[in-house]
Amino acid sequence: MRLKTFPQVMLTLALLIFAARAQAVLEIEITQGVEGALPIAVVPFALEPGEVRPPEDIAAIVESDLHSSGLFNPVDERRFPQRPAVAADINFQLWRNQGIETIVIGSLDAVAEGRYNVQFQLFDAIYGRQLIGYSIPTTRADLRRAAHKISDLIFEELTGKRGVFSTRVAYISTQTAGGGKERYVLQIADYDGHNPRTIFASNRPLMSPAWSPDGKRIAYVSFESERPEIYIQEIAGGRRTLAAGPTRLNSAPAWSPDGERMALTRSENGNPDIYILDLTSNTLTRLTDYSSIDTEPVWMPDGQSLVFTSDRTGRPQLYRISASGGNPERLTFYGDYNADANVSPDGQQIAMVHSEGRSFQIAVQDLDTGQVRVLTDGALDESPSFAPNGTMMMYGTTHDGRAVLAAVSEDGQVHQRLRLQEGAVREPVWGPFPEEP
Amino acid sequence: MTKCKLFAAILVAATTVLTGCASRGTVETAPEDAYGAEPGEGGETTGLEAQDQFQLDPLQDPDSPLAKRIIYFDYDSDQVKADSLKTINAHGQYLANNSNHLVRLEGHADERGSREYNLALGERRAQSVRRLLQLQGVLDDQIEIISYGEELPAAPGHEEPSWTLNRRVEIVYGSGYSSSQ
Repeated sequence: MRLKTFPQVMLTLALLIFAARAQAVLEIEITQGVEGALPIAVVPFALEPGEVRPPEDIAAIVESDLHSSGLFNPVDERRFPQRPAVAADINFQLWRNQGIETIVIGSLDAVAEGRYNVQFQLFDAIYGRQLIGYSIPTTRADLRRAAHKISDLIFEELTGKRGVFSTRVAYISTQTAGGGKERYVLQIADYDGHNPRTIFASNRPLMSPAWSPDGKRIAYVSFESERPEIYIQEIAGGRRTLAAGPTRLNSAPAWSPDGERMALTRSENGNPDIYILDLTSNTLTRLTDYSSIDTEPVWMPDGQSLVFTSDRTGRPQLYRISASGGNPERLTFYGDYNADANVSPDGQQIAMVHSEGRSFQIAVQDLDTGQVRVLTDGALDESPSFAPNGTMMMYGTTHDGRAVLAAVSEDGQVHQRLRLQEGAVREPVWGPFPEEP
Repeated sequence: MTKCKLFAAILVAATTVLTGCASRGTVETAPEDAYGAEPGEGGETTGLEAQDQFQLDPLQDPDSPLAKRIIYFDYDSDQVKADSLKTINAHGQYLANNSNHLVRLEGHADERGSREYNLALGERRAQSVRRLLQLQGVLDDQIEIISYGEELPAAPGHEEPSWTLNRRVEIVYGSGYSSSQ
């Protein structure tokens, strides 16, 4: 058996000091899948005889991950012709007879108290050969993390794209506290909604979370001082600082790709404009100066220009401006409302809140061709955020009158809803890839 | 308060005559500038508990145009509608004549569209009301503007009847700021 070993350090969980584990967990519900998703069999991972059943079902997590991508269709266990624990036991002909061409097997070995070695292998049943195989040392607390890593490795092997199953998402949730008062909570969870952790909570509104490019800090808008202000908070440790000095309105933080600057909206005299804050020198430079709303700046991946929303022609539309200033160029012409841009990681597509009349959907515009595709069909969809591999995006929508998170594949083929058990969730922001070991 | 009849003759500065409840049989006449006024040296006060002493303030008069504190807007618009001008002008005149009074204009938007754009839109709405107050002679320092965007809706629904109520600027006097919490 050919196995590669990952360094232990990779799977060491950075504990969040502010971790107040919420009970509510997001669950993924695929509302529309794609035709021709690849069937894949994930055989339940074998345990050593007499081994205590671990708290997580690795195979089930891998199945759920691959399914959520919309590109894979996990095969029901009842269709498995056998349950091999090791490669030598696999009879590929039996699997081919079932039309199953891709098989994952694995095992979980307890090596010490609370420590495991998770092994898995991915097989191509057509040719009867192993595609990849790894051994991952992990701990009891990190089993979910190990499972997501396995999903990432399988996804990358089979699609050529890096998986996002080890990424996290930040979002705002509101819960009704005692006396009917709303409580606003900034949370970070695994991309699948597990392990939600409270980063900051307030009885005044919170909005516009934004990850630093290294995933170590998060900026957000808080009304705790009555006026909207941007705070930057370290995720581990919780230290927070006010990003821009007091004014009437500071909002819409957006980190530059190098993490050294932050674009934001600032209003000195009731006229919101885009500014760039140098995070090292703490100097603020005005980027736009127009007697209309300029807001929602986002950086292009090369850091050379930004896209923002402006109603300078009467209705909100998207514009692009050089990071060094100058005249903005209008980007959107289709629809009477285009706002809240989010740029794909390759810089080719812009996702936005789009309306042609009464309802608001998520649309994507190709920057080269100008072609616009409407990807969702909600009435009040908002806050699109691309996954770091560009294959999917999350957004906020309403379902049964409640604010929920949803995801759609970049091609609009796969739709899923992420349901919190209670409260309302909105403004999802997909975090960056975790750092490589 | 509820059992008391309030006959308020509101002039530019408040001169209000209060008829107390019959059980008290007390009539008080306010001096022209009653705010925070201490009882005069030669006077003698009797009987009333602190909460029974009426603040002789047109801001407290439900029949005053100043009782209207919410200005409504059309969708994606920061233009003040004609039917709001009377209310805004009344507040403008009152504030111009009471330059020690401060006011906060809290802009709001309905939930449609993007949140940050709505935050900016709420601020533009507050700014529109401020300009009209300033035309009445209200000083810059008397007015603070803020926006909550769509974050604090007045009505919870997801249809036009709620949206109509949520596209608004709230005029908040003095230290009673923060309609929020």
